[in-house]
Parts: sequence; structure tokens; C-alpha cells
Amino acid sequence: MAAAALALLLVPGPGAAAATAGRPLSVAAAANLEAVLPDLKAAFEAERAGAEVRFTLGASGSFFAQIGNGAPFDVFLSADAEYPQRIVRAGLAREEDLAVYATGTLVVWAPAGTRLALEERGLAALADPALRKLAIANPALAPYGRAAEAALRASGVLPAVKDRLVLGESVGQAAQFAQSGAADAALVPRSLTFAPALRGGKVFPVPAGLYPAQPQSAVALSRARDLEAARAFVRFLAGPKARAVLSRYGYGPP
Amino acid sequence: MDPSALRLSFALATLTTLALLGLGLPIAHWLATSRWRWKFLVEAVVALPLVLPPTVLGFYLLFGLGPNSPLGRAWEAVFGQRFPFSFGGLLVASVLYSLPFAVQPFSAALAAVDPRLVEASHSLGVSSLATFFRVTLPLSWNGILAGAVLTFAHTLGEFGVVLMVGGNIAGETRTLSIAIFDHVQALEYGPANRTSALLLAMSFAVLVLVYALQRRPFLRWTGR
Repeated sequence: MAAAALALLLVPGPGAAAATAGRPLSVAAAANLEAVLPDLKAAFEAERAGAEVRFTLGASGSFFAQIGNGAPFDVFLSADAEYPQRIVRAGLAREEDLAVYATGTLVVWAPAGTRLALEERGLAALADPALRKLAIANPALAPYGRAAEAALRASGVLPAVKDRLVLGESVGQAAQFAQSGAADAALVPRSLTFAPALRGGKVFPVPAGLYPAQPQSAVALSRARDLEAARAFVRFLAGPKARAVLSRYGYGPP
Repeated sequence: MDPSALRLSFALATLTTLALLGLGLPIAHWLATSRWRWKFLVEAVVALPLVLPPTVLGFYLLFGLGPNSPLGRAWEAVFGQRFPFSFGGLLVASVLYSLPFAVQPFSAALAAVDPRLVEASHSLGVSSLATFFRVTLPLSWNGILAGAVLTFAHTLGEFGVVLMVGGNIAGETRTLSIAIFDHVQALEYGPANRTSALLLAMSFAVLVLVYALQRRPFLRWTGR
């Protein structure tokens, strides 16, 4: 069972039977991009005639492992700048096919009726015993999980909440834990709070000094079946049209 | 390798097996002896976890027993902790998920017991419960053991449900299979390999035990 699940996870992407010509661009995207992707896709497909983009969402660390093991993605949009750099160093992409496309920020998301006094007390409010479970993404796999851990540590609240942390496989699962009420709050990238299911919740921005800046890189993979289209997508992401879309979803400029 | 994950997986598998011996035997006994015309509906419900993706079970458990549902609030009031992200929650999920792996072998073993022996016991004035423990159970023990061992092994290998409702808490819900998943995703192939090899060896040993117990020479040797 576990072995079968792993095998499936390690070999994602469209079936091998798909023809090369007219085949959609296969993009592995960090889960923080979930809400913005439909708009990015529409803008790119409007700009480049005949282009079609397909996304797979997940934790950046998971995608990094999968790409290292030959997963058939054309472009990788990471939640950080580090994984794409390592892909370049591993010889799976060229330096010039890499671009920083956005800077993300971290927020605390809690349901609208939350009793946590985030405005008054900041992150210290998370130590409140009313908070039974706090969801973050797994720091081993997700850059925003690491940022969340850093922010909790820097604000001094980590020892108090350590035993109440639950880890999602990606920021998407961390958000889902809080949205479903299973956890009382989640530390997630601001961009996710634009997803329809999270609208209406309480959003508290984590002060910028508490965690390292989160520049996010995209990279066109050298084994892409249509490398020209993959490069065009990375150029598009770093360009003004994509920036306008990204800024609507709370991303800062690179 | 993570010793707390190993302990946790063993505790979960052991308790799930015990729970399913207590819960599964009465269900299996009823399935084996009932002549109710709608019995097949119950059989279908018991078999559901065989065909459902674990994600379906995980999804409904998360929302059906989460803190926003009446059942979830009742759970929290009784046990003092939430259903998701707790060992107790995983135990309930595992019992549901492994139900057919226990009930089907139990039921097959109980159905194979000659009803004349049971009737003879009844006609001698022995109660139903005593007949079950003194006649039916000794005659079907190898099928029941097979069901118990399969339940144990199946719970050790559980992944999807735990991923959905566990929350990956060390010592509480991070089972062996989740630890392997994390190791692989983080490119820690050494620890992933050690944990995987252990699970592989244990699963093989368990299945060898099950099949050895069902061999004819063994059954003759034990007097059957």
C-alpha cells in the first residue's frame, strides 16, 4: 500500500501516450500558487497562441525530489529560490532559464470567529490555550513551513506551541486543516488566503523581520519536451503582465 | 530510523487488531449464521474499505468527526482531545479501514464450522456464548488468527488515511509509512531505505506466518 502510493507520487504527470505536438506545458507549482494559477494560466495562454498550461500542485521539496528522479515536468515554480538553484547545479536546467518571479509573505489565517487576539498581541496570541492545534507546512518539504517555524522561533512563541503543531504535506494541506476547523489557525503564505475557501477568514500578516524573505524562482527544465514554450513561460512569469496578476494575490515584486 | 514511529506503528497495529477481534468477531459470527435476506447489504458495507481509496475515508472522517461537526464535538467532550491529529482518531480510522481484513477471514472460518456440532452443543444445554467459545472458536482458530495477522499487517502499511487525518505529529501520528514518505520527499534515502527494509521484512514474515498456518500438514499436526 505505502509502496504503491509512493510509486504513484514519484511518477506524476500526463500519460506517456500524449503526443509531443500540441502537448500542454506541464508545470509543477508550489502549493502557495494555488489561487493565482488560473489567472496566470489565462494570461499566458492569451499571450502565446496555442499554448496550454497544466499545473500539478504540491510541496516544493517533493517536486525537487521528483524532478531529480526524472518526473516529466517542463517547468518548476518553487516556493523559494534554493530548490531551483539546486536543480541548476544538478545539471537539470540552465542558469539562464531560471528567474525570480515573486516574493511571498507569511500570514496567520484563522476562521472568522476565532478567539485569538492576533491584532492586539501579534504572534504571542498563538500561545493562548484556546489554540489547540496550529497547522504549518512540513518544514522538511515546504519553504513556507521553514518560514513559519522561523517566525514562531523569532517571536519566542515556538516553545509554547511546539506540542500543538500539526504538519501539512504542503501549505495547501496546512490551510485545509485550519479551514476545516481541525486546526484552530495556520501559518500560510498570504497568496493562499485569496483562495475562495479561505476568504472571509481572519488574516494577520506576520511581521517581515521575523522570517527570512521568500523570493520564489521558476525554472525551465532542460528535458522539457517543448523547451522553447517552457522558457517562454518562465520569461512571462518574470514580466510585467504576470507581475500585475501576482500582485493582485498578495505577492511582492522579485 | 525513527524509534518513536516504530513504536507508534506497532501500538496502532496491535490496538487495531485487538479492537477488531472484539468488534469483528460478533459481526463475522452474525454474517456467518444469519439468514436475513438483506444480509448482503451488510456484507457490502463491511467490504467498502477494500475498494474505496483511503482518501475518501480520510476526507469524510476529517469533516464528519472534525471539531465543526456534532460527532466531532461529542468526541472532544468525551476524550478531551480532537479526533483529527490524535492517536485515538488514528485508531478509529484504522479499525474502519481494516474492517474487511478482519471480518471476511473471520466470517469464512466461522461459516466452515459444521453446524451439527453447534446444534449438538445446544441440545446438551450449553449456552450460545459458551458454545461459541468452546466449540466454534476452537474449530475456526486458524482463520481467526489469519484475520488478526492480516489486520495487523494492513494497519502497519496504512498510509493514505493517516496522511489525511494524522497531521504528522512525532510520537502521536507519525507512523512508519509517513516517516518513509517524509524521508523520500526530503531525499533522505538512507533512513528511508532502512525503514522500508524493516517494513518489507516484517510484512513478509507476517504473510509467511499466515500461509504456513493454512497449510494442510500444519493443520493435521495440530489435530485438525
